Amino acid sequence: MKALVFADSKDGSIVKSSFEAISYASKFASEVTVVTYAGVSDDQLSALGAYGAQKVIKASSLSDNDSQALTSLVCSVAQSEGSEAVVFSQDFTGKAVAGRVAVKLNAGLVSGAIDYPDTSSGFTVKKMAFSGKAFAHVKITSPIKVVSVLPNALGAENKGGSASVTEFSGQIEGSKVKITQSAQASSGGAAPLPEAELVVSAGRGLKGPENWGIVEDLANALGATTACSRPVADIGWRPHHEHVGQTGVAIRPNLYIAAGISGAIQHLAGVNGSKVIVVINTDPEAPFFKAADYGIVGDAFDVLPKLTEAVKKFKAS
Amino acid sequence: MKFLVCISKAPDTTSKIDFTDNATKFNEAGIQYIINPYDEWYALVRALELKESSGGEVTIITVGPQADEPVMRKALAIGADKAVRINAEATDSGFVANQIADYAAKENFDIVLCGKETINYNSSQVPAMIAAHLDYPLISLATKLDINGSTATLQRDGAGGEETVEVQTPFVLSAAKGMAEQRIPNMKGIMAARTKPLEVIEPTGSDVHTQVVSYEMPSGKAECKYLEPDQMDQLVELLHTEAKVI
Repeated sequence: MKALVFADSKDGSIVKSSFEAISYASKFASEVTVVTYAGVSDDQLSALGAYGAQKVIKASSLSDNDSQALTSLVCSVAQSEGSEAVVFSQDFTGKAVAGRVAVKLNAGLVSGAIDYPDTSSGFTVKKMAFSGKAFAHVKITSPIKVVSVLPNALGAENKGGSASVTEFSGQIEGSKVKITQSAQASSGGAAPLPEAELVVSAGRGLKGPENWGIVEDLANALGATTACSRPVADIGWRPHHEHVGQTGVAIRPNLYIAAGISGAIQHLAGVNGSKVIVVINTDPEAPFFKAADYGIVGDAFDVLPKLTEAVKKFKAS
Repeated sequence: MKFLVCISKAPDTTSKIDFTDNATKFNEAGIQYIINPYDEWYALVRALELKESSGGEVTIITVGPQADEPVMRKALAIGADKAVRINAEATDSGFVANQIADYAAKENFDIVLCGKETINYNSSQVPAMIAAHLDYPLISLATKLDINGSTATLQRDGAGGEETVEVQTPFVLSAAKGMAEQRIPNMKGIMAARTKPLEVIEPTGSDVHTQVVSYEMPSGKAECKYLEPDQMDQLVELLHTEAKVI
């Protein structure tokens, strides 16, 4: 099977979730081509061979991530390459482009894949359903398959090697959306929540926005991204984009540390894809402990600073 | 300005999820359906606010069986002017998008608003698919929408942070948290909703490219290991050597 992978870039570098998408395609496809845009150096593009790409096609002239422009680029390459599968990461750009590409290629789409396709009988992909409360196995029946892979679900395997890099020569549809202002994400240097490997989160147990310093200290010590529960975002203690849960951001980091969050079913739905969960709560009956790998019954104001110190000691050793 | 708001039913967020028929069917017993929160709280309410400030008409559309009509009446009670139901089961996002786009193409809507994803399948793909069929621009994960004549100004979440963009109508957007606040329908709205038009349209032929083969419940977690507040060095050690996450 021939696969085409769309790779996104930020500040001149291919993003990590795109490495995962390339690695994903290389698990089931015999030939993997990558299509990308904007100014990423040829050395970096050639290095995508390490994740399983044989060929990279770049559209240097295209600089913005408009869904119409990117769709025309991806479809044009898919047609000229005879791609039977097109793979995206289910990130900001993937959410805007994958569905569009599926329509133009008259293809079925599974978005948010969390496992490699089962090709024993057709092409079936496992994804999360009901906001993480269950999984669905979805079969794509069209000749061309489109899959978007949930960030941080499967990782990227670096096997070494290099890919050929060529310039895209076709026509790209113009963008009708004008970007008038871009603000940098406020997560500082930390990864955006959907892609974060380490997340420190807190809820009403912190008693007020002025107390978030101890949450940020732990996040800084770990190199983690901060998050919060819904009530805390709703009363304005923390910005909305930090809200994780069923109606906020769904995340699946390697480590999720939750302090002062009781663990309502809607919150659990957004975080139960986490590989390891640490729960800190004063209430030993908090439902979150049932979903936790490690639990500390104690006050966040006591536990968080101690954990921060322990992390700092560990990092220094 | 003509607004089309796409709504989907979803199990109440407190629902316990369960399957029947050898894990091939969602068990609807005891499930309360609500309007998918992103569709209701953000897309619908913002369309109503804009209609109230600058005039226009808000139509809601859903693809689903007759059993979905109570959910549609709720959207009318919140303030939508009329409702359209495409009489078919919503089994595949491509099919749903195709049905909505076929209707929208005939009616010349200025703005098509969707929630950013449903809470049952979390695919976040129907907005992009509708935009593809109509060949309209898409503003995905929009957190703010203002209009001035035929120019709309939006804020959206992107990989690099928040962006402000300008686009001419017609276009499609997917609404995320921040765009509006939830509205509780009042008695007057509930009464008025009973007599507002709800049109039922048969689906146009369309291919279905995906099917759910089976569902699976997450495997139960192992027992939680408890530590004392004074054992944080041990916790870090366990996270490093046992869990291998730091």
